[in-house]
Amino acid sequence: MSPEFAISVRDLTKRFDRFTAVDAVTFDVRRGEIFGFLGANGAGKTTAMRMLCGLSFPTSGQAQVAGFDLFTESEKIKKNIGYMSQKFSLYEDLTIVENIRFYGGIYGLSDVEIKSKTQRMLNQLHLEDQAKTLARSLPLGWKQKISFSVAMLHQPKIVFLDEPTGGVDPITRREFWTMIYQAAHEGTTVFVTTHYMDEAEYCDRVSIMVDGRIEALNTPAEMKKHFKASSMEEVFIQLARKATRSDG
Amino acid sequence: MKQFLVFVQKEFFHLFRDKRTLLILFGMPVMQILIFGFALTNEVKNARIAILDNAKDGTSRAIIQELGASRYFDIVKIIDRQADLEPAFRSGKIKLAVVFPAGFENDLLHTNAAAIQLIADATDPNVATTLTNYATAIIMDYQAGRRDQQALPLAINTEIRMLYNPQMKGSYNFVPGVMAMVLMLVCAMMTSISIVREKEMGTMEVILVSPIVPIRVIIAKMVPYFILSTVNIGTILLLSVFALDVPIQGNLFLLVGECLLFTITVLALGLLISSITNSQEVAMLISLMGLFLPTIMLSGFMFPVENMPIALQVVSNVVPAKWFYYIVKNVMIKGLTFEFVWKETLILAGMTVFFMVVSIAKFKTRLE
Amino acid sequence: MSLSVSVSSVNKTFLTGKTSVDALKSITFDVQKGELFGLIGPDGAGKTTLFRILTTLMLANSGSASVDGFDVVRDYKEIRKRVGYMPGRFSLYPDLTVAENLSFFATLFNTTLKENYDLVKSIYRQIEPFANRKAGALSGGMKQKLALSCALIHRPSVLFLDEPTTGVDAVSRKEFWELLRELQASGISIVVSTPYMDEAGLCDRVALMQEGKIMEINSPAAITKNFGKPLYAVRASDMFSLMQQLRGAVEVQTCYPFGQYHHVVFHNDQLTLEEVRRVLGTVSTYQLEVQRIDATIEDCFMDLMHR
Repeated sequence: MSPEFAISVRDLTKRFDRFTAVDAVTFDVRRGEIFGFLGANGAGKTTAMRMLCGLSFPTSGQAQVAGFDLFTESEKIKKNIGYMSQKFSLYEDLTIVENIRFYGGIYGLSDVEIKSKTQRMLNQLHLEDQAKTLARSLPLGWKQKISFSVAMLHQPKIVFLDEPTGGVDPITRREFWTMIYQAAHEGTTVFVTTHYMDEAEYCDRVSIMVDGRIEALNTPAEMKKHFKASSMEEVFIQLARKATRSDG
Repeated sequence: MKQFLVFVQKEFFHLFRDKRTLLILFGMPVMQILIFGFALTNEVKNARIAILDNAKDGTSRAIIQELGASRYFDIVKIIDRQADLEPAFRSGKIKLAVVFPAGFENDLLHTNAAAIQLIADATDPNVATTLTNYATAIIMDYQAGRRDQQALPLAINTEIRMLYNPQMKGSYNFVPGVMAMVLMLVCAMMTSISIVREKEMGTMEVILVSPIVPIRVIIAKMVPYFILSTVNIGTILLLSVFALDVPIQGNLFLLVGECLLFTITVLALGLLISSITNSQEVAMLISLMGLFLPTIMLSGFMFPVENMPIALQVVSNVVPAKWFYYIVKNVMIKGLTFEFVWKETLILAGMTVFFMVVSIAKFKTRLE
Repeated sequence: MSLSVSVSSVNKTFLTGKTSVDALKSITFDVQKGELFGLIGPDGAGKTTLFRILTTLMLANSGSASVDGFDVVRDYKEIRKRVGYMPGRFSLYPDLTVAENLSFFATLFNTTLKENYDLVKSIYRQIEPFANRKAGALSGGMKQKLALSCALIHRPSVLFLDEPTTGVDAVSRKEFWELLRELQASGISIVVSTPYMDEAGLCDRVALMQEGKIMEINSPAAITKNFGKPLYAVRASDMFSLMQQLRGAVEVQTCYPFGQYHHVVFHNDQLTLEEVRRVLGTVSTYQLEVQRIDATIEDCFMDLMHR
């Protein structure tokens, strides 16, 4: 598989007993791309992402993530990717500094590296005074930004963001996306799932999953043109209406 | 009224649809009675003993035969010399040795004073005491039987009789205790969890913003567990009488009445717990640590309260289960009537009223 | 009484340990009878707190409020009889079926499904096929519809819906708002809160809330018209560099990413399109596109946040 691709997936499938959660999906993600992975709840996007992160074993198919084979080199993959989830980001009862030290340690960074990166992160986010604050006392927006920075701590080739934003004010949301833009600009591939359709517009390319299959994959502009829609939300609604899974 | 009934109906749905909890709530009393009744006993059976018979006369052999025939003892070693006693104990092969001195029968017939030495392995003092007691009882029994046959002059002997529970069955102790535990668990813990769950799920908000009067909510929540408790009480009593041979000596109605009173006491406690926390985990913890544990330790059913330091004895007065245990023991095992337990009943009733009043006062009609 | 809801200078502060949080700061607004009123704002804006005060679940520290003419403090029992409330997270009983949930809430309000069937008909028809399914096994969209039915079943005069569309898929969201419009036609006043800015356009009037304060109250159309300055959508092949450079340019007041385009506001609001192109031309980018656009509620919200 070509080195220009950060992620290469061929016929990746995940079956639970008789239920096929992910049905032979095929796609590539270029290096440095911001790739949006959309779909309704139950469409299979979370399952697919978990496979790519090495958290779940595929039933069949092939995939390469960060240049390593998904089946045989999953441990190497984990070292080269970062992960951020909205559901769990930081340990609430640890301070920012303690959280960074913990994650840095897990990823094998040396004490010196952890110290310098911590300093840099606090400066960039203007959080020097909050270094000793417990994570639970921080506003949601800051927690999100810190979580992202922590996911990027070990300079991974790819960072997976699972529903990263939600509930914050529009300015904070944009500050967050600016951080993502910066990361992509510096060469990190960003793989993000979201159900905020307007956020799909920030991506270079977007794929939409319906009933376990990828029903559309293109740039937002092309997709809107193809579906004669004025927003990604309308594109999504058109595709989702065809879904047979869930609803009930 | 319809409002209230539909609420009770909903609570029954919750109760019956949580299969796992239901299994515990119904199955637990049965299991506990059976376990305590059959498996865990303070009784000792088939204890291994040794005999050192220096007398080898008719009386000693007769007594040895009685000991051997008893289900409590298994004679596993006949020892010939004193010196062999200690190795037998050390090896753990025997727990008790019965030693007859030479000329035993002679002493008994002519001096009216004969001694039998009982040597017990007291590393477990309770077992040692029990075994010496059993052995003494058997010996005394023999002596009594012998006296009936021959007019022996009066000898000073200790007569041991176990009142109410001559076989010293542990079950008598445990049935009231199990009842207290089960009711505590079912009523206090489950009721408090049920109320707190509504708060956690957010449905309490919707219920508050409706015309229903809060007190009806409270009572509706208690009804299923009250009914469940009556079923459990019935089960426990039936099992006790028919499976464990623990008869109900006293008035059945009085007994059931006291049980129902205790049920309400504990329900009110559950209510009180729910009014001080919004988390199911905390409610469960408080129920277990604050109620269940003191019930086991301070009610008197596992450890006698009279032997505890004064401070704990005072504290035990606050534990409702202590009063309940006293009442049930007296009514069920001793067969006493109401005039012997009215004071304790009053205390229990007073506690109930107190808990109910406080919890209703603390029930929040708003969220904070 | 033509005001369904009337709020005057309501303040609410929460004390947690050593810190105190001002959840609501001097909130004042009204909702007309039969209006579909939106509270638009992110987490922490105070929407839920405000709802709880209006549904009599909490007491404000100062100020006053009334629903249907009844004071939220003195006459709370009256209010609890006549409002419908749908809190966040839907608050249904997961181990009860759809039918059982409905029948429970109906009886709680001393009514039955049959009595008010006409009101919930269009919603109920959608969930009827699942009448015997446990509520916990429903999809997000179905739970939402069930919760709405339960809130409506007693024919309330005012409906309070706290973030009813959060976490629900896009299709269900759309259908939900269509249902709300239909309900409005039967004369019910509806107060909805949402963090989704695009949903503001579906309301008659909205209050934009941020950190306990109302920034503006008006119809969505009026708010966007009041944006004040011209707004431009700009795009280039390297969006990140474009944004860096625009933010560095002196003529630019704000530049925010909006997905495929950046929304740019210039200090000088008299610039013609030609002049704008010239300004942007100094920014070295490839495949530059510029067009003038109308402001959206989100642009207005962000602009208000600055002030």
